Amino acid sequence: MAKKPEKKIIVVGGGLSGLMATLKICEAGSKVDLFSYCPVKRSHSLCAQGGINACMDTKGEHDSIYEHFDDTVYGGDFLADQLAVKGMVEAAPKLIKMFDRMGVPFTRTAEGVLDLRNFGGQKNKRTVFAGSTTGQQLLYALDEQVRRWEVKGGVKKYEFWEFIKIIRNKQGVCRGIVAQNMNSNEIVSFPADAVILATGGPGQVYGRCTASTICNGSAVSAVYQQGAELGNPEFLQIHPTAIPGTDKNRLMSEACRGEGGRIWVWRKNPETGEKERWYFLEDMYPAYGNLVPRDVASRAIYKVVVHMGLGMHNPNRVYLDLSHIPADYLERKLGGILEMYGDFMGEDPRKVPMEIFPSIHYSMGGIWVDRMHHTNIPGLLASGECDYQYHGANRLGANSLLSATYSGTVSGPEALRVACSSEAGDALTQEEMEKARKECVDEFDKIRNMNGSVNAHQLHHKLGDVMYKYVSVERDNNGLKQCMVELNEILKEWNDIGVTDHGTWANQEAMFVRQLRNMIIYAMAITKSALLRDESRGAHAKIVLDTDYPDMDPELKERIEKKVGKFHFDPETHRAMDEKGDLVFMERDDKKFMRTTIVSFNQETEQPEVSYREFEHSLIKPRLRNYAVAKKE
Amino acid sequence: MAEQKTVRFIIERQDGPDAKPYTQEFDVPYRPGLNVVAALMEIQKNPVTVDGKKVAPVVWECNCLEKVCGACMMVINGKARQACCSLVDKLDQPIHLAPARTFPVIRDLLIDRSVMFESLKRIQGWVEVDGTWEVKDAPIQNPYTAQTAYEISHCMTCGCCLEACPNVGPQSDFIGPAPTVQAYLFNLHPLGKFDAPKRLNALMEKGGITSCGNSQNCVEVCPKKIKLTTYLAQLNRDVNKQALKNIFNH
Repeated sequence: MAKKPEKKIIVVGGGLSGLMATLKICEAGSKVDLFSYCPVKRSHSLCAQGGINACMDTKGEHDSIYEHFDDTVYGGDFLADQLAVKGMVEAAPKLIKMFDRMGVPFTRTAEGVLDLRNFGGQKNKRTVFAGSTTGQQLLYALDEQVRRWEVKGGVKKYEFWEFIKIIRNKQGVCRGIVAQNMNSNEIVSFPADAVILATGGPGQVYGRCTASTICNGSAVSAVYQQGAELGNPEFLQIHPTAIPGTDKNRLMSEACRGEGGRIWVWRKNPETGEKERWYFLEDMYPAYGNLVPRDVASRAIYKVVVHMGLGMHNPNRVYLDLSHIPADYLERKLGGILEMYGDFMGEDPRKVPMEIFPSIHYSMGGIWVDRMHHTNIPGLLASGECDYQYHGANRLGANSLLSATYSGTVSGPEALRVACSSEAGDALTQEEMEKARKECVDEFDKIRNMNGSVNAHQLHHKLGDVMYKYVSVERDNNGLKQCMVELNEILKEWNDIGVTDHGTWANQEAMFVRQLRNMIIYAMAITKSALLRDESRGAHAKIVLDTDYPDMDPELKERIEKKVGKFHFDPETHRAMDEKGDLVFMERDDKKFMRTTIVSFNQETEQPEVSYREFEHSLIKPRLRNYAVAKKE
Repeated sequence: MAEQKTVRFIIERQDGPDAKPYTQEFDVPYRPGLNVVAALMEIQKNPVTVDGKKVAPVVWECNCLEKVCGACMMVINGKARQACCSLVDKLDQPIHLAPARTFPVIRDLLIDRSVMFESLKRIQGWVEVDGTWEVKDAPIQNPYTAQTAYEISHCMTCGCCLEACPNVGPQSDFIGPAPTVQAYLFNLHPLGKFDAPKRLNALMEKGGITSCGNSQNCVEVCPKKIKLTTYLAQLNRDVNKQALKNIFNH
């Protein structure tokens, strides 16, 4: 019998998606070189807390896979590829059983089956969980299985190696990468039959966020600058409940609300004038209450705090309250994160309400991929948070662990198929590999000898401030235009960075300077696509300006007027406001913008170029989202 | 105007694995809730010592800053702990930072903990599933046993317990509390327990559980409050039982 050809796939990133892809490739008899900045067991997937969605239907609610499908598409405001989503929700229950066999210590009912909890944007209990550290437990299970394959010789790990860029052969197929050892700072070219990027999200573009310090989007930006298209980068999820911090905003899981937590602020009762707790989400959205999707909850908190001035004095916060729930129940369901709140805030959330505020959390957008996770560059696949698939304009809580895992089950086998086909083209020549390596060495040498006056970490802080100021929960076109101007200035300032460490041993500073440039360029892609999407959809909410209004589609104008009644433009901010003083947002514009944003990098101008692409949305007809009432199909 | 309150850090630095350690002192502006990682980030923004000397920023490892990834373990005021959740308000000042020298130092506070991941191979820390494909329903589990598994499964391989253990070091080849106790975790699982004899036999070998001196330091420093000594004791019993089985079966 002829032996199956053994192929070598490079997987960059050792979170859930990268590890899942690795396992699939090993099981098919091929080899993986697995690259990661950190030991894969420390990847950011472990920060996911609340759970993973799958229709297990073990709570007598007649949950169905179709319902999960519809909730995801509706929650994503109809911008997700529906066939891709369908594949994911169908696979979900099988993936849970796989994790269970692998030993994930899921929380169980008294009779020993997997317990389920409520989560945002879903009426049925559909979220499987391991206390409040689900991501950690899922990541460990895959880490263990990959270690098993490491022992068997299927996987070679390159931990503490940073991806710098891809290498393409004469036919333009990606057949290798250049990476740098973060300790010895040695830069090496690695050949492969195909490459999968699973490098996670770009949270660090915003500085303080719920992401780990390693989630800088640098790898995504690097391939974007090498010709990979981005999809929907303007859609960034702002999680409503994070603990603000000066080093990072720490996530406080949606599971708190899934287990009965309530969000409130003090106010004067409008009728009696008495001071009272206002459970504003329950008031504004009676059907879903505290469990509205994240974009909706974050906007409501902004409204209450920023525009109504009802947040706690200074700084701005609202309460997330669990203190009415029995302590032993909380311990069993949410133990880990309550301990974390105590560690960092010094208060016991079992007794007093937590103080929280929205924070950048997740990127729905990322590298554009087709349903098999190919990027537009042959031989380069992408999966996990770094791709744009599955979540549309807003991700539902507990769908990210699912999409990370599921996308790995697609990208792994598909990379192998490409590797075995003629699509892979020729292997890289020594000259091609050496040329790419040399370019990276020259770049690194240039960076570590930079002698300007700007500190890279201070410039990073500035980048985060600019992005939070202009491209956050509420956006408007004046702000976004200004943001592009300021980002271009920051990119110029980058050239004036001075590094204090000129060495070539574990030079974290120089590596950070390289990442920072990639972050700035990614920020420009986010901002430009936000500027050009003149509508509100999911996490992208755009305020109507006096300059926008005259050219608007009459049908959309009519919809706005019907919704908010009379409104005027504020002479100072140029923003539209209704008679109650609430901001007026653009409506969703399906005619023009039910399309995927595609961003390509212009090599000459170094600016993003935006176009739009059709996607598959024939299964569920678009309808307007309204979480004040129960969903109608 | 009142002077800005600062916090003094005395940091043990080392330029490379074979270089001689030295200390440098930094003043970091105080703010409420400041933790050690946040302070190191401030030093990155302004890497100037108290003597006004501009130096290379301090090198260390961190990722999540939420006490789940295990990356930022270092010795703070003499005790191995995670830097991210070490709040300045709760530490004596000046604050001393040093690398966990149980492990080889790469640079400054950055250490090489790959030995811990190697030990996880040795104890066969995984469930031997047939594959990632669909097989059948996973077995039902006793929720109380699952609760114990959940506790142990919080171990983030940070290495605090190895740093604190007097039996881990050049004088012994003890693999340390964390990887040892992981064997107990997989032996609890309904499928994982099929391979319990293999794991117990691995722990009988040199550097296994007989090298534990029961000093109880590990349980004191575990940032995840895993009852390490309890599980070490239970494993010790299991290993002895297995040793007897080995004698009578051969």
